[in-house]
Amino acid sequence: MANTIDLKPVSEFISEDAPARYVYDMSPEKHEIALSTHDLQVYYGDNLALSEGDLAFERYKITSLIGASGSGKSTFLRSLNRMNDGVATVKGNITYRGVDINTKAIDVYEMRRHIGMVFQRPNPFAKSIYNNITFALTQRGVTDKQELDEIVETSLRQAALWDEVKDELNKSALALSGGQAQRLVIARALALKPDILLLDEPSSALDPISSAQVEDTLLELKNQYTIIIVTHNMQQAARISDYTAFFHMGKVIEYDLTRKIFTRPKVALTNDYISGNFG
Amino acid sequence: MRRLFDEELADLDNSFTEMGMLVAQTIQKSVQSFVDHDREGAKAILENDHKINEREAAIEKKTFEMIALYQPVTTDLREIVTILKAVSVLERMGDQARNIANSTIRVKGTKHIASVEKELGEIGEQVAAMVSRVMDYYVKYDALGAESIAEENQSWSNRAAKVRSDSVKGMKDDAELVDSAADYLVIAGYLKRIGDYTIDIAEWIVYKRTGKIIELNPGYNYFI
Repeated sequence: MANTIDLKPVSEFISEDAPARYVYDMSPEKHEIALSTHDLQVYYGDNLALSEGDLAFERYKITSLIGASGSGKSTFLRSLNRMNDGVATVKGNITYRGVDINTKAIDVYEMRRHIGMVFQRPNPFAKSIYNNITFALTQRGVTDKQELDEIVETSLRQAALWDEVKDELNKSALALSGGQAQRLVIARALALKPDILLLDEPSSALDPISSAQVEDTLLELKNQYTIIIVTHNMQQAARISDYTAFFHMGKVIEYDLTRKIFTRPKVALTNDYISGNFG
Repeated sequence: MRRLFDEELADLDNSFTEMGMLVAQTIQKSVQSFVDHDREGAKAILENDHKINEREAAIEKKTFEMIALYQPVTTDLREIVTILKAVSVLERMGDQARNIANSTIRVKGTKHIASVEKELGEIGEQVAAMVSRVMDYYVKYDALGAESIAEENQSWSNRAAKVRSDSVKGMKDDAELVDSAADYLVIAGYLKRIGDYTIDIAEWIVYKRTGKIIELNPGYNYFI
């Protein structure tokens, strides 16, 4: 444990003017950045739903996006792999591997192989467990049975579902429980070997046990993937994420290490939201 | 989550145990320096006291984070609360070791009462051993062991009373003994405090194991 006693006078810790906004300095010298946004603005028609979206996400970390409904967190998440195309106008830059992916020149489908998305409600295809995972791959021309078998097993193992379904891979995915279905959807996203996994409230439709399994899975996946998750469950954000961004009325109010956000947030609004003293 | 919490709790537990060992060692050394009139040894204890304080602060900070991030309940909560409460006790024990070291530095060079110093040395060793043992009970999750330590804490009250009577007698007989005898009295008091703190930790071990908050120190009324 690091030394932590500060011998400065107390007056130096008392700040009269708390900041209205705080964003963690994710300097590229100290952090490996997997994805970053610059001056992101999202309009639904003429309506500005999100502005000031300047965030950088560290590689192999879990970042939680929290905030009330309508705060802009899901809008932000969906913009990251262009799920808002055709729904909203997204201005600004989204940088992935040095390339701005928020431009017309980008092949959106190819990009989504690298930046996968898992939604709130488990949405397995009406196919077998096996074919759920291989569907996108076969569409892309992967036909080698052995290769597909391997990908199915690896993806299901990564999503912590393999042991539960290995003997019934041909069963319909629709017969799975909610928690299993959500892990299948995660496995399906992993089959494309993405770099970054975006999850939009992945366990809000699940019971606590299934939710815990999904959380466990995410903690395992962190070793190989960068994970960005929108969650309404603040305890979930606290339990599993390394960083947390608090959104309010279309703006990022505070972005910091999770342990800091949950023990001593810098912005009064964040403090109120996290302690349930809101509105 | 569950697993991550367990890992962090195990780390916290190790840090706490390590700090306990360090405090037990420091008490042992402070008593030894007193017995040996070892001023250098006593100075080293003063210089190292900040290490104990830093460990306390780090452990406290970690417990705050774990409470905020994981909202522990039942046995998890008890374990965290036990550490949070007992870590302050360990820090205060460290302060008492520092006080003994200060007395050692003062007593050096003045006239001594050998029999009282011998008595204090023996009581000190017993107290230092109690501190090590209570940490052992903590590690072994041994509530009955913790309870048994309270009896031992009372067992040396007669010897402490003898330290008092011999010191007072020495002062009456020879004014030059007042300097050292005054320190003998406070050292007996420091050791008594350490003994009482050991019982506080024993009480938290019982809480951790059973969920019951009990009083193991009936407040025996001996001189300091």
